[in-house]
Amino acid sequence: MGEITIARREFLKTGGALVVGFALIPYAALGQTAAAGKSLAADQVDSFLVIGRDGGVTLYSGKVDIGTGTRAAYRQIVAEELDVPVQRIAMIEGDTALCPDQGGTGGSTGIVNGGMQIRQAAATARQALLALASTRLSVGSGDLRVSDGVVRSADGRSIGYGELIPASAGTGSHFDVELNAKAPLKNPDTYQYVGQPLARPDLPAKMTGRHAYMQDFRIPGMLHARVIRPHAVGATLTNVDEGSIAGIPGARVIRIKNFVAVVAGHEWDAIRAARALKLQWTGGGGLPGSERVHAAIRTTEVARDEQLIRTGDTDTALRNAARKFTASYEWPAQSHASMGPSCAVADYRPGSLTVWSSSQGTHGLRRNLARDLGIPAEQVRVVYMDGAGSYGGNGSDDAAADAALISRALQQPVRVQWMREDEHAYDPKGPPQLLDLKAALDANGNIAAWETEAWLPENTPNLRSRPLLAFLAAGIPQPVGQSVAQVQGNAYPSYDLPNMTATVHWLKTTPLRPSNLRAPGKPGNSYAVECFIDELAAAAKRDPLEFRLAHLKDQTGIAILKRIAERMNWQARPSPNPARSRGAESLGRGVAYVHYKHTDNRLGLGIEVAVNRNTGTIRVTRAVCVYEAGLMINPDAVRAQVEGNILQAISRTLHEEVQFDQNGVTSTDWRSYPILTFPEVPALEVELIGSVHDKPLGAGEAASAPVPAAVGNAVFDAIGVRLRKAPLTATRVRDGLAGQT
Amino acid sequence: MAAVNLRVNGSLHPIDTDDPGMPLLYALRNDLGLHGPKFGCGLGQCGACTVLMDGQAIRSCQVTIRAAQNRDITTLEGLGAPENLHSVQAAFVAEQAAQCGYCTNGMIMSTVALLAKTPKPTEAQVRTALAGNLCRCGSHIRVLRAVMRAANAGGPSHG
Ligand code: FES
Ligand code: FES
Repeated sequence: MGEITIARREFLKTGGALVVGFALIPYAALGQTAAAGKSLAADQVDSFLVIGRDGGVTLYSGKVDIGTGTRAAYRQIVAEELDVPVQRIAMIEGDTALCPDQGGTGGSTGIVNGGMQIRQAAATARQALLALASTRLSVGSGDLRVSDGVVRSADGRSIGYGELIPASAGTGSHFDVELNAKAPLKNPDTYQYVGQPLARPDLPAKMTGRHAYMQDFRIPGMLHARVIRPHAVGATLTNVDEGSIAGIPGARVIRIKNFVAVVAGHEWDAIRAARALKLQWTGGGGLPGSERVHAAIRTTEVARDEQLIRTGDTDTALRNAARKFTASYEWPAQSHASMGPSCAVADYRPGSLTVWSSSQGTHGLRRNLARDLGIPAEQVRVVYMDGAGSYGGNGSDDAAADAALISRALQQPVRVQWMREDEHAYDPKGPPQLLDLKAALDANGNIAAWETEAWLPENTPNLRSRPLLAFLAAGIPQPVGQSVAQVQGNAYPSYDLPNMTATVHWLKTTPLRPSNLRAPGKPGNSYAVECFIDELAAAAKRDPLEFRLAHLKDQTGIAILKRIAERMNWQARPSPNPARSRGAESLGRGVAYVHYKHTDNRLGLGIEVAVNRNTGTIRVTRAVCVYEAGLMINPDAVRAQVEGNILQAISRTLHEEVQFDQNGVTSTDWRSYPILTFPEVPALEVELIGSVHDKPLGAGEAASAPVPAAVGNAVFDAIGVRLRKAPLTATRVRDGLAGQT
Repeated sequence: MAAVNLRVNGSLHPIDTDDPGMPLLYALRNDLGLHGPKFGCGLGQCGACTVLMDGQAIRSCQVTIRAAQNRDITTLEGLGAPENLHSVQAAFVAEQAAQCGYCTNGMIMSTVALLAKTPKPTEAQVRTALAGNLCRCGSHIRVLRAVMRAANAGGPSHG
């Protein structure tokens, strides 16, 4: 990372660079400052692209590639709009001293927002370079052509981008180009790079152990630390027996109020010390426990109600309807459960704090660290490094706070890595959800009215970040509250219903510290909504896919459902399946349809299952997804995201529930919090709809949304049992079957 | 301080330690700077730390350096390099069989051990062989394809 800093600084110092930048809302006012205490005063605007005198291009991205392939896609965008070979583009991500603040990475905004900003920057740079070439060659820029970073005139003369960069030294001679929102974009019909399934540039190094992950990063003089959390949340530390680690070489205790950590020169010694250290705690706890969590939600204080939709007159329609139905659906707290526990390195010195982190929002983390530790923001730098996939806010920011706090106490660089039990217990959780649904069928078996009441944790107003564990324990003041992203999405059907209301009761609190977990709220909401749609179809004795089509006007949606029917050779009949048994297993099929957030991707998912009636085990045997993807910068990367979301959501549906008691999380390993394994992986078919002429849509997370409902509907088809509480564990299947007889 | 001798990727390395009970994983990552094997759980549950010991895929978080002495240890780095990929690594690149790649070490090492014993596995055999290798990103389909591709390409080419 050090080398990269210097490279950029040299560009800026010598002026041997064309810098394209523009000020970004909403945080542009905070400005951007020096790497490692060195001023970048010449660079008054946040910048995306630097073109060197060798013609090489460096892209500075505030959004990071957390395993999603944007590292390839962003290069493709720049290569396309700038007309340079994709191999000539280097990329630096998420370094707060070098990269613009594009907001956090997440919510499938990587291409929709981040990529489109980069596209415009590249187009601006191309325009500026053409203007320069036009002067140098004395030819109107309309008569110039560019390919592979070389500008050519009709009379055969040519000049490379690198040669256009002024050679004179000194800050005065380099120039910024303000981003031009109107800089002409390529005609999609001529795309060479965009739309191609380019291989991801980071994979060969990842496949050979050469890629430097956050967890692999070391700096000289660094100590290894482990943080010890209380056995009950919020407990007070009453005694530390430092003698209990006296025999471990170099091990020391750091204590700041209820924050306690051990450090040692060797990582294994830090781990041994963390295990050996005798601590006494008092108080804490008071959680409802996972068994009671949904009951507790009903008595949790509601901050306010919000109506998400109101069409027609639901109350009257419900009152007058012939057939009325109600159901309650429960979705559990879930963990990001990253494969690699969170890790960070911090180097605090008087006047500067540098933190290496796999945070999905390095600029936000920088602001939080500066604010909470009372360090001027311009003295704090956060450098992004790849961690294990995080799918939202996992423990990365907390590990960064841990490391910063310990490094400040010791005035030495410190590496913190969480252990497995820390990650499972203390990563912020996707919160539990509760939905009450009501609906009515008319005389023709169509939906006459629909009502959703959802209980979901609120986003504390004006809270930009979640509280960090280290600062909570150390008694360092920080804004309190919770931050969960847009968890209300898809809390009502994606169909055209005559009378429909949906209300969220925003809860003041949720038992476990929450954050955004992939497709926040949508899998749980869609589980309730799309299963209840199936309940209505079954009550009307109609085929569930045909029932959906009957309530859908959207042409893309209709085409998607028909395509699924075709691929699955769907036989129209009501559920459950009359001819469903094959030995101990019952076979079923289910479908779900979602217009993601009601504004983004439309997608459908068909699922086939085999349910063992003796053991209760559900095998998902086949998944067929038809997904509206819009403009795909890199179709293979989009496909990988859709596949990954489906498999992860199957895991969440079948297995995942954070178990906790009064004191805290008890599911702290992969046995108590299992995820999908290879033998359980279904056959997977993904059909992507989109072309280079479309606008980009979220690439991936929408595919998580329909999964739980499609599985639940297939299980109902197989065994005639409607499971309204996720995950759909074998125990719940067996209980459901027992209740049937 | 005692020295424990480890033979890793063909060369011998003395490890200074006062605890021969330290898991092999920490010696590889911290003393030898081999970051292919990853810490995932330290509990033998995820496979991220997999290395080959005398050709067998083992969980390096569960084997002490004492037990690893005088055995042949191979890590992901020992298989091949970006410009000189082992056939299994090449198959994983060809299938773009990773997202974050944190689990990839375990997938590749387990595959190498599997193909050494069973050069032409069925897909069901591959699934069973990889049952203890967890992937949170959902790259399973591509991993399965990569393993089948490596198997069809024949045995290990080099490394
Ligand atoms: S780290 Fe060794 S099995 Fe998980
Ligand atoms: S690719 Fe991320 S855990 Fe497997």
